[in-house]
Amino acid sequence: MSFSRRRVAAITVKELQDYRHNRFVIGTMAVLPLLFIAAPMVQLLTASASVASSKLDARVGLSLLYMLLIPAFLPSTLAAYSVAGEREQGTLEPVLITPIRREEFLVGKALAVAGPTIAIAYAIFGIFLAAAKLFANPVIASAVFAGSHVLVQLLFTPLLAGWSIWVGIAISARSTDIRVAQQLSIFASLPPLGIVAVMQFKVIAPSTGLALALAAALLIVDALGWRAVAAIFDRERLITGGRR
Amino acid sequence: MSSQRQTLSGATRRLGAHRQDLGFLGPNGELATSGIRRETAEPAHGPPVQPVRCGPRGGLYDARVDQRASVQSSSASVPPATRPGVSAALEVRGLTKRFGERTAFSDVSFSVGHGEVFGFLGPNGAGKTTTVRTLGTLIAPTSGSATVAGLPLSAENGSAIRSRISIMPEAPGLYLRLTVMENLRCFTGLYELDDVRGRIERALRAVNLLDRAGDSCGSLSKGLRQRVALARALLNDPAVLFLDEPTSGLDPVATREVHELIGSLRERGVTIFLTTHRLEEAERLCDRVAILSTTLRLIGRPDELRQRLFRRSLDVRVRAPLDDPRAVLGALPEVEAWEQTPSGYTLNVSDPDRAAPALARALIAANADILSIAESHHSLEDVYLELIDEDVEAKRP
Repeated sequence: MSFSRRRVAAITVKELQDYRHNRFVIGTMAVLPLLFIAAPMVQLLTASASVASSKLDARVGLSLLYMLLIPAFLPSTLAAYSVAGEREQGTLEPVLITPIRREEFLVGKALAVAGPTIAIAYAIFGIFLAAAKLFANPVIASAVFAGSHVLVQLLFTPLLAGWSIWVGIAISARSTDIRVAQQLSIFASLPPLGIVAVMQFKVIAPSTGLALALAAALLIVDALGWRAVAAIFDRERLITGGRR
Repeated sequence: MSSQRQTLSGATRRLGAHRQDLGFLGPNGELATSGIRRETAEPAHGPPVQPVRCGPRGGLYDARVDQRASVQSSSASVPPATRPGVSAALEVRGLTKRFGERTAFSDVSFSVGHGEVFGFLGPNGAGKTTTVRTLGTLIAPTSGSATVAGLPLSAENGSAIRSRISIMPEAPGLYLRLTVMENLRCFTGLYELDDVRGRIERALRAVNLLDRAGDSCGSLSKGLRQRVALARALLNDPAVLFLDEPTSGLDPVATREVHELIGSLRERGVTIFLTTHRLEEAERLCDRVAILSTTLRLIGRPDELRQRLFRRSLDVRVRAPLDDPRAVLGALPEVEAWEQTPSGYTLNVSDPDRAAPALARALIAANADILSIAESHHSLEDVYLELIDEDVEAKRP
C-alpha cells in the first residue's frame, strides 16, 4: 500500500475538529501569541529614533526573535499532546488498528499542528509589520523592514515550526505523561532559535545567502526529523505501554 | 457407601449442576414421555455446525490433548469452513507472545471458519486481548504463524490485514469532543472508503443510532458509546470482526442490546472473534469457544466441552430413599455409577435417553415414589471453572 493522502487528511481534519472544541488548545493558541507580540510591540512603539544604529538593530532583532518564539513554542505544546494525549484518552488504539501507516499518522498530526501555528505566526508578524509602518517612528520602521529581518522571519517561521513539531511528536511518542512531554518539547524546541538569534543580533554577519543556507539546513533537519520520528514510532510500545 | 459408588467429580457437586428435565411422572407414577426434553446438538443460534471427526482421539473438534496440555494438534478444532479446500477466516498455529520474561500466551493454535462466532474466554491476564492485538497486527508475535482474513500475519501485511478486519477494543476510544458523525467520518477516511454518507448511515442504522449522528460523543451514555464503537467497527465491512469484551461495564439493558447486535451480525454472516468474561454471553452467542489461560486449554462447541469435561448423569428425586438402592440401580446396565443425594440419587450414565426409561421402570418396579428424573446440565461456567480450578491446583506448590 502506498502513502495515502486521504488517510493523512482524515487525521488532519479530525485533529482540527478536535482543536476547535478543545479549550486547552484554543487557550494556548490565543494566549501564547499575545504574550509574544506584547513585548515587541512595546519595544517598537517606545523606541527612540536617536538610538545608535547598532543598538537599534539589536532592539529590532530582539523584537523579531520574540515573534519567532511563536512557531517554536506553540507547535511544541500541541505536538507534545498529539500522541501522549490520544494514548491517555484511549483513542490511539482504534486509530492504530486501521490500515493507517505510521508515516501517514505522523504527517497528519504534523499538518494539523503546522497549519494553525504557521498561520498564527504569520498573522502576528503581519500585525507587527503593520504597526511598525503605521505607528512606529519612521527610522525604527525602516530598521524593521531593512536587511534580512523579514526574509528570516518568513523563512524560519515554518522551519522552526517543523523542528518543534517533530521534536514534540517524538517526545510525545515516547512519553507516558502529557505534562512531561510538553515541558520537554518546549525545552527541545529552543536550539534552532539560537541560530536565528545570532543572525538577528548580527553576531554573525547576516546575509540573504546565509539565511538561505541555514534555512536549507533546517529544512533537511526537518525532513530527516520526520523519518526519525517515524522510526521511533513504535505501535506495539504505544499499545502495550512499553512492555516488549 | 457401597463399593459400587463412584463419586462424581468434585467439580460437578461443587458447582451445582443445573438440571434439564427429561420427563416427569404423572400421579400414577407413569412416565409422561411426551414431556421429555433433551439437549440438542445444535448451537443455540444459527445453523448447526457439522461435526468433523479429526485427531487421534476421534472426538468432535477434538482439541483437548490432556488436562494440562495446550491445544496443539494441527487438525484440532477445525470448523466446517476450514475443511480442506476451504480457507479459514482465521488460522493460528503455535502463536506465542512474550514480554521479556513474562509469557502473555503460548503455543496457541485454532481456526475460525467464515461466518463463525468464535468465543475466546479466559481469566484476567490470560492473554485474550494480547491475542487479539497480535492478530490485528498491533503486536508482533514472538513465534508461531497465523493467517488473518486470507493474509499471512507479518509486518509487511500489517496495513492490508488491518484494512480487512476491524477490532472493537474494550474501551470505545471515541473522540468525545467530536460528534458521532465526525468520529465515523474520520474512520471512513482512514479506511479509504467510498460512499461515506451511505456507509455511516448503514452502520448507525445497524446500531440504532441514526438519530444521534449529530450528538457529541461526550454526551452519550456508556452503552451508546459502545454502540458507536461497534458502528465504527462495521464501517469497512470487515472479513473478521474482533470484539474485545464488548459488554464490559454495561448494564443489563445495554448488554442485551449489544447481544442483539452481535446476533444480527451473525445472521449477516460476519465472522466474529469475541473475547469475553461473560460465560453466559459466550454460551448464548458463540458457535464455538476456546478457553485460554496463557495456553489454550480447551476448544469446541459449548455442549461438547460440557460433555468432554463432565460425565453425563441423571438426577433422580424420590419421596423416600429406596430400601435397597444397590439392587435397583446397580442392576441397570445403563448405569455406570451412582450415589445418594439428599433428595434422591445421582447416576452416571452413558446415554441418558436410554437410561431414563429403564430407570423409571426399575424405580416403579421397586415401588418408589418418583418426583422427577432429570439430566444434569452443566453450564459453560461449570466447564470454565473446572478448567481454571485445575490451573489453580496445578500452580499450588
